[in-house]
Amino acid sequence: MSAFAKLTRRAVLGGGLAAATALGLGGSALAADAVKLGVSIPAATHGFTGGIVWWANEAKKELEKAHPNLKITVKTASGAPEQANQLQDLVTVTKIDSLVIFPFESAALTQPVAQAKKKGVYVTVVDRGLTDPSAQDAYIAGDNTAFGRIPAEHIAKTFNGKANVVALRGMPTTLDNERWDAFTAVMKQHPDIKILDAKYANWNRDDAFKVTQDFLTRFKDIDVVWAADDDMAFGVLKAIEQAKRTDIKEVFGGAGSKTMVKTILDGSNPLIRADVSYSPKFIYDAIKMTAEARLKGQALPATHIIPSALITKENAKEFYFPDSPY
Amino acid sequence: MPSAPTPVTDTPGGAAAGGTGARRPVRRFDPLLYGPFIGLLLLLAVGTALNPDFATWDNWMNVLTRTAFIGIIAIGMCFVIISGGIDLSVGSMAALIAGATILMMNALSGLLLSSVAVVALGMLFAVALGGGFGLAHGYLITRGQIEPFIVTLGTLGIFRAVLTWLADGGAITLDMTLSDVYGPVYYGSLLGIPIPVWIFALAALAGGLLLNRTAFGRYVQAIGSNEQVARFAAVDVDRVKLLTYGLLGVCVGVATVLYVPRLGSASPTTGLLWELEAIAAVIVGGTSFKGGAGRIAGTVVGAILLSVISNILNLTSVISVYLNAAVQGCVIIAVAFLQRRRP
Repeated sequence: MSAFAKLTRRAVLGGGLAAATALGLGGSALAADAVKLGVSIPAATHGFTGGIVWWANEAKKELEKAHPNLKITVKTASGAPEQANQLQDLVTVTKIDSLVIFPFESAALTQPVAQAKKKGVYVTVVDRGLTDPSAQDAYIAGDNTAFGRIPAEHIAKTFNGKANVVALRGMPTTLDNERWDAFTAVMKQHPDIKILDAKYANWNRDDAFKVTQDFLTRFKDIDVVWAADDDMAFGVLKAIEQAKRTDIKEVFGGAGSKTMVKTILDGSNPLIRADVSYSPKFIYDAIKMTAEARLKGQALPATHIIPSALITKENAKEFYFPDSPY
Repeated sequence: MPSAPTPVTDTPGGAAAGGTGARRPVRRFDPLLYGPFIGLLLLLAVGTALNPDFATWDNWMNVLTRTAFIGIIAIGMCFVIISGGIDLSVGSMAALIAGATILMMNALSGLLLSSVAVVALGMLFAVALGGGFGLAHGYLITRGQIEPFIVTLGTLGIFRAVLTWLADGGAITLDMTLSDVYGPVYYGSLLGIPIPVWIFALAALAGGLLLNRTAFGRYVQAIGSNEQVARFAAVDVDRVKLLTYGLLGVCVGVATVLYVPRLGSASPTTGLLWELEAIAAVIVGGTSFKGGAGRIAGTVVGAILLSVISNILNLTSVISVYLNAAVQGCVIIAVAFLQRRRP
């Protein structure tokens, strides 16, 4: 855990330095340029949110080092009510003037964020938009439509518009629906691609394993499994391996996790040929963009969509971050 | 809490402490005993009617193998619930044991040890860790005099948080060479029956014998019926309770030993909600939530029933995927109705 200790120490030192700088410059004209940025994100409960937390701390480390007059406070919450409470603390106790928030739920967090904005906090919302867009100054998100469209186009192209597909879905959420609708919209243009069935596997390896086992029992001829998430793809691969099935030619995950990108890079599994990026790194981009804009006193564009890209053997290197936990 | 001292003769279920040869009720068709079995048979019929692939050996082995984890945990849970306790932490505990075991095995494989030895040590470690966690629960509940609900609600959070911290929010993955050596524990089979199913069957048999044929089993039932009376009857209540939680911990350890080779990884979603599935299996199987009486056979059937429901739902698309949980809920309530207790 020495790396962890080092990280903490560095964060503490960095924080102390920033505070000292702010104190030293107190009263002078420069003090107005100090930015106190609050970051509110979900706690690391699975691979993807683990990546979010890691990238947020990475941004804090780098930016505080680069800008001594910047102080970033990262808070993780395990549910919408807890996040709302933390938001209040950030505004009243930490006295932040800028906020980057990845809301748990759009509806539940809209009011608390609107309150913060009313108190003069500059608000950047990440990934899940608020129900009332006037409560945010800027919105930065990954491209969920592309997350469904890109795999569908890839499958249609690879199999020349003729394949039997089974699909896994995440959890019943608007995010999942967007992806699913984009996927099926492409497939509708290819009448010879049959989607045999789709079931929820909760973005979870174990559930993906079980659902795939049952799909394999039920369908004797499958060409592609759209696992729709790299964690789920992991469970899918194990189930296929156990059943010793050779009819399946491709398993398509999603999000571009470290291990999946490495597999593509090394070509170590013939079933894994491509992936679609939806990196938790967007929280890093959001914090960086917000902090730098605020330091210059500028505003961000109202909406910024971080594009999703098809990851193949040729470009996999650009998507490989060996230090990230995801 | 059945704390009001009642006369011994009023002990419900007649399972008073220390009774020799169990008294059996007059043999009649008793839905209380057969409810879960009838439920399972009906489900099997429905499954076969909906999809002929349901009634294949391979599918049944798939279902039984994946039931093994919850089933083994439910057997331990059965003892705890019969004794009048509860354990909400088993899913988190399984996740933490899986993570800690993988980390330990990965660390050991760097030393001069054969892979087989490392895996064997890992399995022992998992079971010992489970037993240790269980005893810690028992100790806090008996000596610390904290309600089991609160103790295990606390550790539910602690275990999962520690795992998440160890995993850095990601996944802890078993070394490839170890994974190959360990794989057969989940994927291998003996006489055509997968290893986890054998272990599940052995655990059920041992649990049944322990509950119905030993003094310990009778003490557990006596404590659940009426703790005060059991105390008056010179049962060492604290020790028996401590052991039931220890036993459940060992069951979780054994389940984890079987779980780790399946995916070779542990992540913060490992074992999510297993506690509710295990408790549901016990209750659907005809054990009283209030404690005092229960059956291992019913628990085993309850666990199988729960996984058969989701298996059938996966094998058909009659019902919208949005309603899967509702179907599960209906079946659970229906089976509970079949074996309801009459006043």
